[in-house]
Amino acid sequence: MTQLPTHTEKKLGLVIDLDTCVGCHACVISCKGWNTENYGAPLSDQNPYGADPSGTFLNRVHSYEVTPDEGAAMTVHFPKSCLHCEDAPCVTVCPTGASYKRVEDGIVLVNESDCIGCGLCAWACPYGAREMDRAEGVMKKCTLCVDRIYNENLPEIDREPACVRTCPAGARHFGDLGDETSDVSKLVAERGGMDLMPELGTKPVNKYLPPRPKDDQIDILAPFLETVAEEPTGFLGWLDKTLERIG
Amino acid sequence: MHPAPSIIFFTVFSGLGFGLLTFLGFGKPDYSGFTAFIFFLIAYVFAVGGLVSSTFHLGNPRRALKAFSQWRSSWLSREGCLAVAALTVMGIYAIGVVFLDTRWTLLGLVGAALSLATVFGTSMIYTQITTVPRWNHWTTPVLFILYALTGGAFLAGQTSIAAPMLLLLGVFQCVYWIIGDKLFSASGSTIETATGLGNMGTVRMFEAPHSSKNYLMKEMVHVVGRKHARTLRIIGVLCLSLLPYLLLVMPPFYHLISLLALLLHIGGALILRWLFFAEAEHTVGLYYGKR
Repeated sequence: MTQLPTHTEKKLGLVIDLDTCVGCHACVISCKGWNTENYGAPLSDQNPYGADPSGTFLNRVHSYEVTPDEGAAMTVHFPKSCLHCEDAPCVTVCPTGASYKRVEDGIVLVNESDCIGCGLCAWACPYGAREMDRAEGVMKKCTLCVDRIYNENLPEIDREPACVRTCPAGARHFGDLGDETSDVSKLVAERGGMDLMPELGTKPVNKYLPPRPKDDQIDILAPFLETVAEEPTGFLGWLDKTLERIG
Repeated sequence: MHPAPSIIFFTVFSGLGFGLLTFLGFGKPDYSGFTAFIFFLIAYVFAVGGLVSSTFHLGNPRRALKAFSQWRSSWLSREGCLAVAALTVMGIYAIGVVFLDTRWTLLGLVGAALSLATVFGTSMIYTQITTVPRWNHWTTPVLFILYALTGGAFLAGQTSIAAPMLLLLGVFQCVYWIIGDKLFSASGSTIETATGLGNMGTVRMFEAPHSSKNYLMKEMVHVVGRKHARTLRIIGVLCLSLLPYLLLVMPPFYHLISLLALLLHIGGALILRWLFFAEAEHTVGLYYGKR
């Protein structure tokens, strides 16, 4: 049923720290690796070794340059996947009931055996979180690794989304954002976690932590360090003088 | 948005077909027997042909029947249900007119209302998309209904209705552009709100997440086609509205001239429907530093 539930028991989602993300794309690769061989149809590639390769990914990392009014510009790496919105416009537009939001944990999923591949849900998503698989003709999206997080065959440490598990910088966090006492909720409160395009009223569950302000001084100890010798001495000094004489 | 030929064909021809069915439901033209059969045939070929064409862009058309199930929430589903209802009611009405020389007036009016509601349903598929501010406006359903009624009047041979409708449609199409051109800026979505980084400074795309185009960019960041938008708008309105109007009102009036005017009108509608998609900017383009 593509009507949205009025209430979900949990709001499982991701918190992505834009201060910590180094833009290594490891989350992109681990996501593709896990999801191409688990839930639903594989994530196909078209012309992968040709001149114009393309393929289905559920997570992508953009990089932006932010220029403040004063001071130096900074680069911000920006991973983007489904935000599992509370008011998900992708769900209500679905004509077949393939798209749905789960009451038990708030995850937005696609039942691929009902998907006709009309692409309307991808149009309705402001964030570009849904991609049509060209080989299978069905819509693919982040499942929050629903086949990992409840999977008792996996060691407990692995029962989180593949992107979170793999992030070498610790920039991705997974938890229940509906529970104010959860670690992710505390993190969001502490760091001023934000919504993407809040003006569209989608109420995303995933939150982004803004980059921390940078210090003006690169290193407060630097002025106290001994100056590096500018004039070479010894053998190098002799070589320097000799070469100067020849040149 | 990517202007898929199947969707352009679908919206233009199903609009014309249901527009003609609306007039037939009102008993215009008032024929029966074989002449009436030809009118209903044209209407059904356009309406059904358009609907069939819309399934060509589906990834899994074999499951298309499931699209009738979610009418409670989905406009695409509602449109499908309304189309089937309109075609069924008008089919029964057509049996009376064609074979029994009987006009069931009430049934015709219900069929006409359902036909117009189907066009409204089609327009709402686009109007409901908040991520495309140009579409997400009350003028979109009005535009679609005007297209259907004008083309319908034309096909029904109602020249006295079609001629002023042609001018009205042309004017409204221009109003639609004047309003629509401002809607994306007015929506308030920018690369700064998309990334949430606006309070740090101005944001610029530094590096794309992938080296060649993906589904999102092909489907929703169609910027190439906008190059000739201004020229196409002028050609489109001339063909859609002004030239057919002049051909209809200027004597002498021949059927052949009327046919030429109709072909111009449909050609104009196809050009402008292409623009309807090509000029529609989706918010996901912001993540790619585009609109």
